[in-house]
Amino acid sequence: MTATLPQRLLRDMLRIRAVEEAIAERYAEQKMRCPVHLSIGQEAPAAAAGAALAPTDLAVSGHRAHAHYLAKGGDLKAMIAEIHGKATGCCSGKGGSMHLTDLSAGFVGSTAIVGGTVPVGVGLALARQLAGRGEMVCVFIGDAVLETGVFYESANFAALRRLPVLFLCENNLYSVYSPLSVRQPAGRSLAEAASAMGLNATAGDGNDVLASHDLIAAAAARIRRGEGPQFVELATYRWREHCGPMFDNDIGYRSPAEFEAWRALDPIARLTRQLLAGGGIDNAWLAATSGAIKDEVDAAFAFADASPFPGPEAAFTDIWSPEVAACRR
Amino acid sequence: MPSMTYGEAIRDALAVALARDPAVLVYGLGTPDPKGVFGTTLGLQATFGADRVFDMPTSENAMTGIGVGAALGGLRPVLTHQRLDFALLSLDQIVNNAAKWRFMFGGRGSVPLTIRMILGRGWGQGPTHSQNLQSWFAHVPGLCVVAPTTPEDAKGLLLNAIFGEDPVIFLEHRWLHNVTGEAPEGFYRIPFGQARRLRAGADVTVVAMSLMSLEAAHAVDHLAREGLSCDLLDLRSLNPIDWPAIDASVRRTGRLLVVDAGQETGGVAGEIIAHAATRLWGDLRAPPRRLAMPDAPEATSPALTAAYHVRAEHIAAAIAEMLGRSTDTTPLVAARRFPHDVPGDWFRGPF
Repeated sequence: MTATLPQRLLRDMLRIRAVEEAIAERYAEQKMRCPVHLSIGQEAPAAAAGAALAPTDLAVSGHRAHAHYLAKGGDLKAMIAEIHGKATGCCSGKGGSMHLTDLSAGFVGSTAIVGGTVPVGVGLALARQLAGRGEMVCVFIGDAVLETGVFYESANFAALRRLPVLFLCENNLYSVYSPLSVRQPAGRSLAEAASAMGLNATAGDGNDVLASHDLIAAAAARIRRGEGPQFVELATYRWREHCGPMFDNDIGYRSPAEFEAWRALDPIARLTRQLLAGGGIDNAWLAATSGAIKDEVDAAFAFADASPFPGPEAAFTDIWSPEVAACRR
Repeated sequence: MPSMTYGEAIRDALAVALARDPAVLVYGLGTPDPKGVFGTTLGLQATFGADRVFDMPTSENAMTGIGVGAALGGLRPVLTHQRLDFALLSLDQIVNNAAKWRFMFGGRGSVPLTIRMILGRGWGQGPTHSQNLQSWFAHVPGLCVVAPTTPEDAKGLLLNAIFGEDPVIFLEHRWLHNVTGEAPEGFYRIPFGQARRLRAGADVTVVAMSLMSLEAAHAVDHLAREGLSCDLLDLRSLNPIDWPAIDASVRRTGRLLVVDAGQETGGVAGEIIAHAATRLWGDLRAPPRRLAMPDAPEATSPALTAAYHVRAEHIAAAIAEMLGRSTDTTPLVAARRFPHDVPGDWFRGPF
């Protein structure tokens, strides 16, 4: 039976959380030897975007990209293998957690410099527009990207050329340990800043996945009608530490009370309650869905474990084109 | 072969590329303006349309990243900076994205992006309009760096950059724009990593690049009249470097002078001399030498630039010294019948 939209959104959020929790749980084994930036608590914008975008639409992202990659349809096994540094990883072991790609799913790439893929997404949109094709590009960003120059430069060009690009901003209030209050003037709205650059901007509750989906789908529809670049700001919260598997509410940059307040807004619990109450799912659906996700996640880790590491020669390949590499020998 | 200026050769390469492949884009500040980037983009927008040849916002970093994205999306963008100095605003996109994309995604995606950077000099260009930071770019794995000297090479290397699969830093010296030479018509590519022998000789190997290759050619011709024979290699490509050509020449001559178009410390000349010292030690008959721009910014006043640059007479004197000879360089100086801060009578400022 085909899943309803709410079922799909819930399943995708459950799947993202299960993957992230499995990474957190197993991180101490020291087999995932790279930084990991988990999306636990802020799964809703990714899931909503994944459902609102067409499979042929493209996406780029930043350092906290697991959720975006998975929601866009990126291959789970290849992602887990990549985090394990294996040859079967989505970047053949050269990128790790912060560099994910699955071209077959339209997830072009995530990179590790804040704001770094913003112009790349705009350039992909330019290529699509010049080719007369209808697809759009979703650029996943966080609140800190609104502090980079390259965002304003890119937004300006996207507005100038009315490019089919959606800037999807997850505002989780922190850049590493630095709150918005030390980074931007009090009272400024990210959406208004984007709007001032010529982007059609809306904002909403990023822990309400149905509302998030509505906002993103409306923005995507405007892009498809040729109305130019859109910006959607979704307020959400990261539960774990900026980088790594632990909670960090005890180290002093944010309060346990703030965390608990956001945890009460858990997007997964909210939608689960709502669907159970309204008959959109039942406990059997929930058990079956969770069970299938667990099996898939276990299989992905087993795949990564069983996969070979790349050979040492691979450290020196894929730097230049074969043509140029040949004349460097 | 038709004769054309270096600037015309650049324009010809762009026109040939645009006509050959609809994926080619040409953009940059001033690209379609009435001056057309020193004439190198004149008329291209009228012929090929504003979708493919266009001006841009003063947003060097984003417009570089947009070039990366466009390249990943199947296009072949050419971005032009009227001075290399302006491109410094785009280092994040050049180094972290353009140069790394192929590698960091394990070969999934390539970035055929050409970035023209024009090198300024003289006429009061001053500290931030006259830098040649070629070695910065040559230092970055994943980038190709070329610095052609002749019209034929400018066209062939630019076409190779556009139709290759790597991000390329294309360094064109403002003082070369009016240099005339023969260049083939139509489409041709000159591969990277191949030096061009401008003069064949037996006594000293001279490796130079860009404008310095012209200065070196004047010096070598002067010395030839005095019976000294130099093997002059125009490097053309700073990464990859044509080591086989350098090795073969130094093995024959036993002497190496490198004339660098950038600053001395951390420069390309140092790299080539390190290569010779470590790989060709047994072949060397004299200590290698280098001539480069001094470790100082270029000042604005003509009074402060008169002794700043390496010129033919310095190269000739250095070569003669390496051979235990002396040379009268007066004719080299006298041959320049124009002030030191312009490339020739054709240049009347301002830029």
